[in-house]
Amino acid sequence: MNEVLLIYATALLLAWPLGRYLAETFSPTSGMVDRIFTPVEGVIYRILGVQPESPMNWKQYGKAILKLHVIIALVALIILMQQGRLPLNPDDIGGMSWDLALHTVASFITNTNQQHYSGQAQLSYFGHMFAIVSMQVITPAAGLAALVAILRTAFLLRKEPELTADGSISVGNFYADLVRSITRLMLPLAFITALLLAWQGVPNTFEGAQTANTLDSTVELTEQRIPVGPVAPMVAIKQIGTNGGGWYGPNSSVPLENPTPVSNYIQTVSIVLIPMALVFMAGYLTGQRRLAISIFGVMLTMSVVLAGINIWSENQPNAAFGGLTADGPNLEGKEVRFGATATALWGSFTTQTSNGSVNGMHDSFNPLGGGTELMDMFINATFGGVGVGLVNFLLFLLLAVFLGSLMVGRSPELLGRALEAKEIKLVSIALLIQPLLILGLTALTVAIPGLAANSNPGFHGLSQVLYEYTSAFANNGSGFEGLGDDTVWWNVSCAVALILGRFIPILAPLAAAAHLAGKRVAPTTSGTLNIATPTFALLTLGVIVMFALLSFFPVLVLGPVAEYLTLAG
Amino acid sequence: MVTKIPDPATQETLPLPATSAGTGWSHALRGALLLMLICGGLYPAVTATLGGMLFPHQSTGSLVSINGKVIGSELVGQPFSAPGYFHGRPSAAGYDPFSVSGSNWAPSNPDLRQRAAADAARIAEANNIAANTIPVDLIAASGSGIDPHITPEAARLQIDRVARTRNLPRNQVAGIVNEHVEPPVLSILGQPHVNVLKLNLALDTINQ
Repeated sequence: MNEVLLIYATALLLAWPLGRYLAETFSPTSGMVDRIFTPVEGVIYRILGVQPESPMNWKQYGKAILKLHVIIALVALIILMQQGRLPLNPDDIGGMSWDLALHTVASFITNTNQQHYSGQAQLSYFGHMFAIVSMQVITPAAGLAALVAILRTAFLLRKEPELTADGSISVGNFYADLVRSITRLMLPLAFITALLLAWQGVPNTFEGAQTANTLDSTVELTEQRIPVGPVAPMVAIKQIGTNGGGWYGPNSSVPLENPTPVSNYIQTVSIVLIPMALVFMAGYLTGQRRLAISIFGVMLTMSVVLAGINIWSENQPNAAFGGLTADGPNLEGKEVRFGATATALWGSFTTQTSNGSVNGMHDSFNPLGGGTELMDMFINATFGGVGVGLVNFLLFLLLAVFLGSLMVGRSPELLGRALEAKEIKLVSIALLIQPLLILGLTALTVAIPGLAANSNPGFHGLSQVLYEYTSAFANNGSGFEGLGDDTVWWNVSCAVALILGRFIPILAPLAAAAHLAGKRVAPTTSGTLNIATPTFALLTLGVIVMFALLSFFPVLVLGPVAEYLTLAG
Repeated sequence: MVTKIPDPATQETLPLPATSAGTGWSHALRGALLLMLICGGLYPAVTATLGGMLFPHQSTGSLVSINGKVIGSELVGQPFSAPGYFHGRPSAAGYDPFSVSGSNWAPSNPDLRQRAAADAARIAEANNIAANTIPVDLIAASGSGIDPHITPEAARLQIDRVARTRNLPRNQVAGIVNEHVEPPVLSILGQPHVNVLKLNLALDTINQ
């Protein structure tokens, strides 16, 4: 329990100053740090041929995001399929099949990091670095850029909106936001984290696998080939950038990727650090500090309640071991050095933030523990992915403003600007595509024989399929990993969910923000709905929970709840 | 980055090309290649090189050698079956570090029950104890398939067997086990654990 409190406290205490720093980073003048970073960024802008002060409207901003991602994806696709012929491949690993490479690229370019491969055996060092690590740095930075654009457009109140050269509403410059996110946040923080992890034992070498002749000669396996590589820099950015895709197949449960309780502490804090910091950043950046605190309160409440249930659940025995062991928690798929509590907390953080790394196998969690993780991903706005998590929350906030205003008979407005059909349509598209896609693909996969490839029978078999699509759409990346998911069906159908789950929730809110910013600000009166109050926070919480339950309660009953009741009965 | 409202005066004197904001394909191409070089080349190369220099033992996998021969890694569990060795946890990967994996069996999966029953029967017989006293970690497969640790309880229940097989006094073996218990860091982080490979190596040193 103390470990849980310590991790929450550390994350909070680091997130606050980091949020403040980030607000400065995205303000026009950022003082001291400018002197270090401006010259470096100047070189980058010059090579790119970009003027960072030039404003973009939301369509230009969105196109710039999409174009950059398309090219990175194509380059990464070529690298993954051709890695057998490329350098830095001491263990002679061959290229990926087209569908596996397609899924891998779709998964990493969307900040999801769902893996249908095992890194230690199917990726060369070149593939790990240039394809995987570069997307793990760039994609969270792009998510953060989108958040900053939305915040400054819809939540930063100015007398007159910023305009582009053609007179449309400016949302900022994508490359300026992106490059700053990379140079001033992602790379420095990843560098420090990587060295801390290297100290704890995460490998850092360009040598190939190490061979060991094991101690007990009476067993079958007498030689171990131990895969190593430049692991620490990847693990660091995987944790801080809500990426989640690890070097080794079972991710941070592997001792080489997460060697000690100390490395586990660092990595657990790293999962939530930036997502938490961004709420503080939003408060400082827009001046809406009370609103930010209220948002943080709602997120923290959801986080603590669902993590609490998960931790309780995993400290119950595994039903399969009844009568076969002494009393104890569910340790199937968990590591002794961490124990059930730390593994469940990680499981909650990683599904709340759309990180998706694991330090234990979620497939073997008790039914309700796994159920809370599904719930975390349905909501996908409890701190959430870097940038996009808070954007998702803001969508719920707009919905709550709309519903709350109608309930008390006022015309809905956000910070004095009228919320009208156009904005609500965009919000609805972004929100409703989630249940449509997840439930549709799940139904299709279990209805057609031979597609599911699930490894568990009964209710849990359905949970496996549901989890995979939920994770893909939430850009999470964790899985009930027993699923035989390296098939053409899984690779292609998940790729669709991944891409829609990433770009619609970025582009639709960006458009809504630009529409809002063009409206006249009505003066605040006693009749104005104040959204920075505990009452409104409660309403938002209610909207989020009701939305998730209305969409997914039936399938939760068919999956984890039914499994729980069967085992309990 | 907050942009200023374009001033008509400067607009006329400094006409910017339409693409200078960075909306064109050429910006995307240059951006993709440059950022991939920085983030996927420079960052991991510099970090891994520095990490390797600062922590040379850890950097190649925390290897353990005896007389110059690599016999394993502190961070990779090994399979043990000889009665004179302490045994680790069940592994879905057969302790092969290249095929690391958990079982991924749900609590409701009959295969899990079957595996656990077989393991429990074997462990109960080998150590002469009742099945319902076996610590959970000896029955539950790890997530990685190469968990190098067991709980102190799981080590203690094997002391009698190991001491008998090696003809060592029980107290001496128990003492070695106690020396190898790693408590939670700062009494807060993690669970007490014993590294099975290190424990067995210590026993081999005594018997030599």
